[in-house]
Amino acid sequence: MTVPTRADRSTRRRGGLHHAGRPGALWAAPAVLFFTVFALLPLAYAVYLSFTKYNGIAIAAPRLVGGENWARLASDPAVPQALWLSVVLVVLAVVTQTPVALLIGVWTAGPQRGRAVVAALYFVPLLMSAAAIAVLFSALIDPNFGLPAALPWLFGDGNLLGTSPSAMAVVAFVLAWQYVPFHSLIYQAAARAVPPVLYQAAAIDGAGTVRQFFSITLPQLRNTLITSVILMVVGTFTTFETILIITNGGPSGGTTILAYLMYVTGFGAAANYGYASVIAVVLILIATVISLGMVRLTGFDRMRGTQEGI
Amino acid sequence: MRTRPNVIGGVVAAVWLAIVLIPVLLMLRAAFDTQAGYAQNGPLALPRTLTLENFVAAIDGGFLRNLANSAIITAGTVGLVLLVVPPLSFAIVRSTSRTVANAFRLMLLGLAIPAQVVVVPVSYLIIQLGLNNSLLGVILPTTAFAIPVCTLVLTGAMRNIGDELYEAMAIDGASTMRIYTRMVLPLSKGGLATVIVFAALQAWNGFLLPLVLARSPEVTVATVALNQFRSQYSVNIPGLMAAVVLTIIPILLVYLFARRALVAGVMGMGGK
Repeated sequence: MTVPTRADRSTRRRGGLHHAGRPGALWAAPAVLFFTVFALLPLAYAVYLSFTKYNGIAIAAPRLVGGENWARLASDPAVPQALWLSVVLVVLAVVTQTPVALLIGVWTAGPQRGRAVVAALYFVPLLMSAAAIAVLFSALIDPNFGLPAALPWLFGDGNLLGTSPSAMAVVAFVLAWQYVPFHSLIYQAAARAVPPVLYQAAAIDGAGTVRQFFSITLPQLRNTLITSVILMVVGTFTTFETILIITNGGPSGGTTILAYLMYVTGFGAAANYGYASVIAVVLILIATVISLGMVRLTGFDRMRGTQEGI
Repeated sequence: MRTRPNVIGGVVAAVWLAIVLIPVLLMLRAAFDTQAGYAQNGPLALPRTLTLENFVAAIDGGFLRNLANSAIITAGTVGLVLLVVPPLSFAIVRSTSRTVANAFRLMLLGLAIPAQVVVVPVSYLIIQLGLNNSLLGVILPTTAFAIPVCTLVLTGAMRNIGDELYEAMAIDGASTMRIYTRMVLPLSKGGLATVIVFAALQAWNGFLLPLVLARSPEVTVATVALNQFRSQYSVNIPGLMAAVVLTIIPILLVYLFARRALVAGVMGMGGK
């Protein structure tokens, strides 16, 4: 039997030193478990439910019905219609929000006086929930009690939700109101990081403000632009509150985008979880393809540094 | 340094500022007007009298209960997030385990799943667990969908703690748990504040999960109640606007006291 010497103890201490502050996998377990059960397991459930008939009542278990729901998908005209409207809304959102957010972001990054106050005011929509914003706008565009009644010269007959194009425009406007401040904030942070030396060099070469914007600011913000557009596309594609509260998908399905169609199918009067799950799986696939596709297309994965050669 | 002012940017910024502020001002104007005054003068005219009666009516009508439900869901979500996310972030930053590295990849994957698209199966899961129409049934999935971004934010904050600090603690004989509670947590206060604000915003402003999972009146949250008011009392716009204002006040208080953490939290929220 050997008595541990001082030297032995110190070796052990050194071993301990290596391990102290090195947490094991157990530390990650609670969060991972949580995430797996409530976020990943539902993905698997969506696939399972898409092959069943179920109405969301606890006592009536889902009944397997094979490919019935998927067969319905192929012949349901509501799906291509909803998909088309989703694409229209995404395009509307990107083409309206990007230029405005970009210009405001670059402007607020500049040296103007009072910029901080203005930036703080832009922040207001970010304090409101999508539901609160939708309720606010639905009151504002009310044909009898809202702005159309007060300003007939501007709003005509005042029924802004009467046709599909004008209802889509209303939804796109509310989304812009809600999200432009957020995207401006991203652009502002990125624009501040552009090295001033680039502008100084351009000014010496005689480039004006507009030329500087297109030759320096825009290329320098390339990566931010990509991030912002990806967030916009996926966010708009899964827009929900705004449509439920303002248009209810109407007029006659004129604003029923795919995400809303899924909700109505699953939680509307029919409570068809099976078919709603088919739409959910389609939505998940499309969202994934969009994200991956945009990443590939734009080279986001091998994100080029914008400061090479400086 | 730019020598000439950015005129186009300035004009767009000014126009958009008006677009942002006019609806907010109209909302406040309506919320403090009487119902009769609003009907008479319309949404644009200055109100003759200012009144708090809409707020009183909203509270008397049971809106306080909805606000309390939202508050419970917010507190529960923040509590659970604080319980599970910091140990995970600590493990991601410091662990040498391969399992933990894979857990981090899993979280990155989770960033791409919007809660909206899995609401049908989540509702099935909550029914299976017998948690539908309970606040807990909303808290659990809300927490799960907040975990990825919160982990990303906190991992970033914890990476800033230098190796030499860990070594110093280890030389003093501190255990991993002691290093975590005495050093890692206090030094990531900024990141924790952002995580709290982010999780709270996500829970307080949540709509689809509570709409689907908590349908009975006693568990209805404020955002869902707003939509119910809108369909029931579409004539009473001042009352409706007062309820909207009531849902914003708590966030406004956070904004006044923790602006930096709130901005970071909103940035972390992405396009959601």
